[in-house]
Formats: sequence, C-alpha cells, structure tokens
Amino acid sequence: MSTDQNLQNLQGNRACALAAIHAGCRLFAGYPITPSSEIAESMSAELPKVGGVFVQMEDEIASMGAVIGASAGGVKAMTATSGPGFSLKQEALGYAALTEIPSVIINVMRGGPSTGMPTRPAQGDIMQARWGTHGDHPTVVLVPWSVEEVFAETIRAFNLAELLRTPVIILFDEVIGHLVETVDLARFQNPQITDRKWADGKIEGFKPYRDPGDGVPMMARPGDGRRVHTTGLSHGESGFPTQNAGEVEKFMSRLLGKIAKHRDEVERIDARCCDDADVVVVAYGITARAAHRAVSMLRDQGIKAGLFRPITLWPFPESAFKAVAEHARLVLVPEMNAGQLILEVERLVSDKTTVAGLNLFYGEPITPQQIVEKAEALLSQ
Amino acid sequence: MSDVAQSEFNIRKYIREDLFPHFMCPGCGHGIALRALLNAVHNLGIDKNRLAIVSGIGCSGRVGAYIDANTFHTTHGRPLAFATGLKLARPDLEVIVITGDGDCLAIGGNHLIHACRRNLNITCLMLNNEVYGMTGGQVSPTTSTDRFTTTTQSGNYEPVFDACKLAEGAGAAFVGREMTLQTPALRDLIMEAIAHEGFSFVEVLSDCTEVFGRKNDMGDSMEMVLAQKSGFRSNSYGTAVDEPFKPRGMKTGVLHRSERLEYAAAYQQHHAEKSST
Repeated sequence: MSTDQNLQNLQGNRACALAAIHAGCRLFAGYPITPSSEIAESMSAELPKVGGVFVQMEDEIASMGAVIGASAGGVKAMTATSGPGFSLKQEALGYAALTEIPSVIINVMRGGPSTGMPTRPAQGDIMQARWGTHGDHPTVVLVPWSVEEVFAETIRAFNLAELLRTPVIILFDEVIGHLVETVDLARFQNPQITDRKWADGKIEGFKPYRDPGDGVPMMARPGDGRRVHTTGLSHGESGFPTQNAGEVEKFMSRLLGKIAKHRDEVERIDARCCDDADVVVVAYGITARAAHRAVSMLRDQGIKAGLFRPITLWPFPESAFKAVAEHARLVLVPEMNAGQLILEVERLVSDKTTVAGLNLFYGEPITPQQIVEKAEALLSQ
Repeated sequence: MSDVAQSEFNIRKYIREDLFPHFMCPGCGHGIALRALLNAVHNLGIDKNRLAIVSGIGCSGRVGAYIDANTFHTTHGRPLAFATGLKLARPDLEVIVITGDGDCLAIGGNHLIHACRRNLNITCLMLNNEVYGMTGGQVSPTTSTDRFTTTTQSGNYEPVFDACKLAEGAGAAFVGREMTLQTPALRDLIMEAIAHEGFSFVEVLSDCTEVFGRKNDMGDSMEMVLAQKSGFRSNSYGTAVDEPFKPRGMKTGVLHRSERLEYAAAYQQHHAEKSST
C-alpha cells in the first residue's frame, strides 16, 4: 500500500544506486565521471550500511575488472560510467560476456564523441552498447525513461544478469540521471529477485560450460571444491582453451543463442495508442517522454499517432514492433544522435511504410513540438 | 619456515595433470616459479579449494591454468583489478596473482601502483623474463640496456623499471625478489609473501631462452640463470635510470616489509567506527 513514507523524491542516479542495493548488489567499483558520479557517491554512503563494499578504483578498466572479479566470487556487483568510461570498459565487458560472469553496467549517456559535452544529454551510445566490444557477443541493454523506471529496470538488470549469466547494460542519459521525480517505493517492497544457478550435485566431472538446456550453464562458486578454470580464450564445455572448430562453434552458438531462449523474460516494451496508429513514433529514454506528449498533440489534431517504446533496447523487441508497424504509414524515430536505432527499425518494416528520423545531437533534449512538426512535415509530403 | 613439520610436497596434488605437457618453451623459467609457488602453497597448508589464482595475458598468464585451483585467466594487464574485486567479495579465498613484466609494469602499471597503495591482502608474483615472449620477443619495461629484441633491433635504449622499488614506493606491505636458480629461496620468499598481511609483491627473475636469450647470444637456460647469479642482471637495474638508482649489485630476498593496516581490515574498522559514532 502506498503511504506518504513510500513516496520519495529521488534523483535518477540515486534511484539507480538504491535499486541496485535492493536487488542484492553488494559491491560497487567505479571511477568518477560526469554525469554518473552520484551513483558512485550514493553507493559509497549506502553499501557499508548493508555490509557491502564500495571501492573507487584507479580507472574505468579497473572498475569493470573488479566488478567481474567480485561477481566471479559470487557477489552481485555493478559499475557506473558515462561515454568515455564506457569506451574504456569494452574489453572487460567482452570478457564478462565470454566467461559468462553476471555484471551490471550503467552508462549515463552524455554528448560525444570523445570528451564531448559532459553535462549534456545524448543517446549516442546505442550501437556501442550493442557492438562495443570486439567479436560476436550476446548483449542485453535496458533503457528506462523515468526515475521510477530506473529503479525498476536496475532491479531487472541484476535479475537478467543472473538469469542469463551475462553483462547487462542500462543506458539512460544526463537528464534522467539528474531528474528528481517521485518514486513509489511500495512498488519495490518485495521485488522478485533472481539468483544465478549455482552448480550442485556431483563435483567429479563437472563441466562449467555445459548447456543444461536453456543455454545458461550452472556456475561453480569458488571454494565449492569444483576448482574450475575461467578464461577469456575461446573455450569448450570444460572451460579450458580450445581452437577446435567444432567445440568453438558449439560454444559460440550456445553463447549467442542463450538470450533468444529467454526472450520473453528479456524483452519489455511500452506501446501506447498503437492499435489504430498510422504514425508510430519509436522512441526510448528521455526522448520517449517528448514523443509521448507529441503523440497526444498529434491525436488532438486528428492524426492517429502512437508511441512504441522499447524498454529493452537490445535485443530489439522485433515481433512486438513488427505487429505495431505493420499497419503504419509512417514510422518516426526521434533520437539524440545522428541515427542509430533507426537502422534497426528500417530493417524491420516493409516497403509500404516510410521510416524517417529526427536526429538532434547538440546536447539538448528533443521537444514534443519538434516531433510534432517533423511528423506534420512528413505527412504533408 | 621450510623446516616446519609437514607432509612431503608432491606437485601432482596441485597441478592439472591432464593439461600436460605444458606449453612453455624448453629452458623457460616459469615452470620453476610455478613449482616454487605450489611448494609454498603446500608448506603453508593452503586448501586448494580456497586458492584463487588470477593471471593476465602473456606467457605468465598461461601458467595459472596448470594449477588445480580456482583459476582466472583475465585480460591483459588487469589481473590485479580482477583480484581486487574477488578478494573484496571473498576475503576467505587466498588470492594470488601471477603476472609478467609487460602485463604488470606496462599495460597494468596503474593497477600495480594502486594495488600496492590500497594494500589488500593479495600476493602478486611478477615473472620477469625481460621480454614479451608470447608475442614473439618485443622489448618490455624490464629489458636490459642494449639488449636486442624484435622491436629494438639495434639494441634497447629505453630505461629500465626497478619493479621492487616501484612496489615499495607505492606502499606494498611486502616486497621481495628472487631468481629461479635459487629455488628453495624462491619458495621460502613466496611463503613469506603469502603469509604477510597486506599486499605482497614478489619479482621472480625468470628467463626466456627462446625469444630473448637466443637473440642475444646468452647461451642456454643454465648459462642464462648462472649469468643472473653472477650479477649480470645488476646492470639492468640502475645504469639507465636516474641518480637514486645508481648501479648496484642486484639484491634478492626480502627487500621491504611493513605492518601497514591491510585494506579490508581498514575498511571494516573505519565503517565500524563511523556507524558507532
């Protein structure tokens, strides 16, 4: 039940930190970077109260390394960063993906490339989040649009990381990171918490990367007597390096396929007014809030507009989107970048549908009016 | 320490025999370092289920896989970062890092100095073979002056790191150096390092006959380690660096020891005090 006590004004970054602790995170390793630093600051104050460990590492790479090390030891762990730091973490992120060590990485996006605009919002890391580390790898990326959703999705990020044994990335941006909104904490009083499947049963002959059927192997806990080997080299079921084509092919197919096996748990969308929509606006994060307003402004003018908002950005919720886009004349994709998610959207619509972007990348949030004007201009063509 | 009553050391109890023969080149000193480490683990009575070996990339990075323990072969230069997270999460584990001169002093140099400063109870063995062996013999931060490598084809002109001075200066609680030739001394030094509370750094003077010694007419492995013993390596520590590091005989054994408060203990103590006030 909601009481006044449960209603709290929280900043997005702080909500992320509190939610992580709620989800069972007990180690945070980070490095100061604008506009994400409040996450580290909150963690430094809150984690010791619950017996957890906060450590400010010497750099972004070390932060990611420490998170993976902690999680390999069995403790849920998280790091938070922004563009330049996210770039630095990519190699270790790939290590976590290949070794299948659960981890949560927050990227509060700011203007880029390079140092860019540290105090300005952007959505320029959409493709980096998908493909940032080298080689083929599974990716799960969540994009909340409000402070309350930051709370919810941070908990879900930990659950998905544990369920899938993979790094999970949350992307939000400077606006949501610094936005203060009321969060009803009653919603999160007894959250569903997922823990990874720890290896049990016979120790002898244990294969740390054997597929139990759902694509996600059981994890050995250091100290349980299994004494497994963990390596970033390509490996087979035994965990030891191999260059055997058959073994590597089998391993990689499982690794790349395991997310799809859990699609129902991973994918999450928010579709509004889409049932009869001629115009579908695809937007995520802070831009989706402008898009939501724009949709009602267009409806007021008699234009049948709808909002399709992926909350899980990667893997992109393909079938849900296709169902919505099927009858649309126009799909408009506003993004605070030069056009990233639009590439995925274009791939999924038929020739009968026009896809257009609204791409603003000067460090200011896209306004509802800008979206309305773009839609009007496209419809009048 | 080694005269304490104990069962006889049988290396087969501590290695993954099914991975043998190992990948190291004939003459490589890393295998001797591995044996000395395992002997130390045995003598200290460390349960291998509670032993975590964290290594980076390179020849040194591949050594850990042969140990029958919880082994983590991480990314290049970052084993200390991984080990920091692991030890903070699991203080019950005995965490030992195996790294190399390139892994530890070049790409991983930042992590080394901060691991020393933080003083978490981890032991770091740096296997120094003066060269990037795995990638074919490129110059490293510890390659001696004038030595030929594939990236110093007219001889090395870069100054050399004294890793032990660096570790001591950065705050490591325990610092030592030993040659693979002196195997019992190396074993005992590693035992002391592991037993010491706080961050322990041990430089193991290994040798790379295949892609370093051969290119420098240094003879076979035995000649290389004997040259180390006669002090040939002393030139590598001092001649090319600043005044405070004037040429001196290479020192081995325990070089530094302090009883500085260990990181996890300091963390606990600090937050206990803050919460009680």
